[in-house]
Amino acid sequence: MTDLVCQSLDVSIAGKKVCSRLDLKLAPAQSWGMLGPNGIGKTTLLKCMAGLSEPDSGSVLLENQSISKLPRRTVARLLGMLQQHTVYIFDASVLETAMTGRHPHLGHWEREGALDKQKSLDAIRAVDLEGFESRSVTGLSGGEARRLAFASLIVQEPAILLLDEPTNHLDMKHQVRIMNHVGEQVTNMQRSAMIALHDVNLAARYCSHILMLFGDGDWQAGPAEELLNRKNLERLYQCPVESVLTSTGKRFLPGGQS
Amino acid sequence: MIPITLRRSLLLFLLLLSVSSIFFASASGSVSLGWSEWLAAIQDSGSRHGELIWRLRLPRAMAAWVVGSMLAMSGCLMQVLLRNPLADPYVLGVSGGAAFATLIGMVFGIAVSFLPWLAILGALVSILIVFGLARGTGPWSGTRLLLTGVVTASGWAALISLVLSLSPDNSLRGMLFWLMGDLSYAVLPLWSLAVLGGSFILTLGLARSLNVLAMGETTARLLGEPTRQMLWLVYLLASVLTATAVSIAGSIGFVGLIVPHLMRLLVGSDHRILIPAATLFGGLFLVLSDTLARTLLSPQQLPVGVITALLGVPLFLLLLNRARLKGV
Repeated sequence: MTDLVCQSLDVSIAGKKVCSRLDLKLAPAQSWGMLGPNGIGKTTLLKCMAGLSEPDSGSVLLENQSISKLPRRTVARLLGMLQQHTVYIFDASVLETAMTGRHPHLGHWEREGALDKQKSLDAIRAVDLEGFESRSVTGLSGGEARRLAFASLIVQEPAILLLDEPTNHLDMKHQVRIMNHVGEQVTNMQRSAMIALHDVNLAARYCSHILMLFGDGDWQAGPAEELLNRKNLERLYQCPVESVLTSTGKRFLPGGQS
Repeated sequence: MIPITLRRSLLLFLLLLSVSSIFFASASGSVSLGWSEWLAAIQDSGSRHGELIWRLRLPRAMAAWVVGSMLAMSGCLMQVLLRNPLADPYVLGVSGGAAFATLIGMVFGIAVSFLPWLAILGALVSILIVFGLARGTGPWSGTRLLLTGVVTASGWAALISLVLSLSPDNSLRGMLFWLMGDLSYAVLPLWSLAVLGGSFILTLGLARSLNVLAMGETTARLLGEPTRQMLWLVYLLASVLTATAVSIAGSIGFVGLIVPHLMRLLVGSDHRILIPAATLFGGLFLVLSDTLARTLLSPQQLPVGVITALLGVPLFLLLLNRARLKGV
């Protein structure tokens, strides 16, 4: 089982603290929602967790080793990340692009086999892009490109998924579809996910744990039912919040006088 | 794009065309040979026609093929390196350094057989300047590399103009021919075959990594590539190929831009097929261009760079226009 551990992590962006002395363990079967206002540094923190950038101090451990010391290939077999923006410049087919997820699992001269292809086709079906296999990626819409990027992440089969606003550009049906898929990966396959989200209610519905970034390095982390309440959310977003009880649990709406 | 199942047959087809183009080139020229004459001549290397084929035309056609394939391969690599389908082998100033050093050699009357070494030296200096200045300490930056390279290239262009304006009139013609890219005096050193073969195998081994690198540095790192080392390796490979090509035949334009483009339209962007296709077609394209350069106004010989540009420019504009119509 693979854990991702942040040890007294200090991360900053352009002189602003994102988090200071962050201690957190991303364990199997947990899905974390990362919440915070725009520009607080969610992407920066995710990149740091992926070993793409160095923290100011502290460390990120993957399988008990510092992620910056591990070869990228080893990291890529354990950890995958969906980036916030997906832009395809060169012509390639949807199937070829989904199949790039197999890259860290194949040797230099090895070609993708029938199983790799099957996994890619399954992932393409899972994100509702069936029939697009031989289309060029340069002609995809924003939402389609996003779903394709998610498909290639599934094909990569990492134990740890870092997702930077996976529901960006997506309509409600595909938002639910993608979040459900993440949920399945986490619970059925004992994987773990850290998901930067704008939508508190997606976090409330799909995440078992929450990390809140308040700015100036302040943070709070813990089980979702403890952290998701009016008081915390009003502090987080600096605006009045109302909570309503629905058939699937508590949900939150902007409050205050209108 | 042609279907996946046909892509391998296309490679075989291009290989056959390449071989035939070299033979075709050996039969054409100011003295054009018919099929039976050619067959007789090639069996008797001592005869007048045999000597023409074995000592002049075949070596020149081989040189053209090697140079063309090197430029095409280098173009593919540069396009991945700069993540821009419009990049070409000369954009980072490698050829400028080589050209400047060679011109200096010509001015000082250095023996023709030493000129390729000067070209390599000039290219190396250029590579070191760009590499040293663009590397910095931060993360790998394509933009910084591009800017450093383009400015270095302009610097070389200025120095070249300086040398040309100070050169005596009688040597100017040879210099200009060489600058435009010319195979008339091309000799194919054995080591250049090693450079071509070695780079080809290495590039093919890296082909899937190139696919991933083309998707952007962050994506490539997330998929397990040590991108910094990889990109410098790609830069060095492309530079060595370009420098070798320039040292043999001067700066022949458009091959490195147009050939990868055409092949991308035909076989797609998977470098496992794109690299061999571009390598074969690059060679083929330059052999045919050079044959045209020798025969078009025969006995007058044109610099092959003029032909590649004359073919390349309309072809490229056509492709660009088609791409626009498709809405890409």
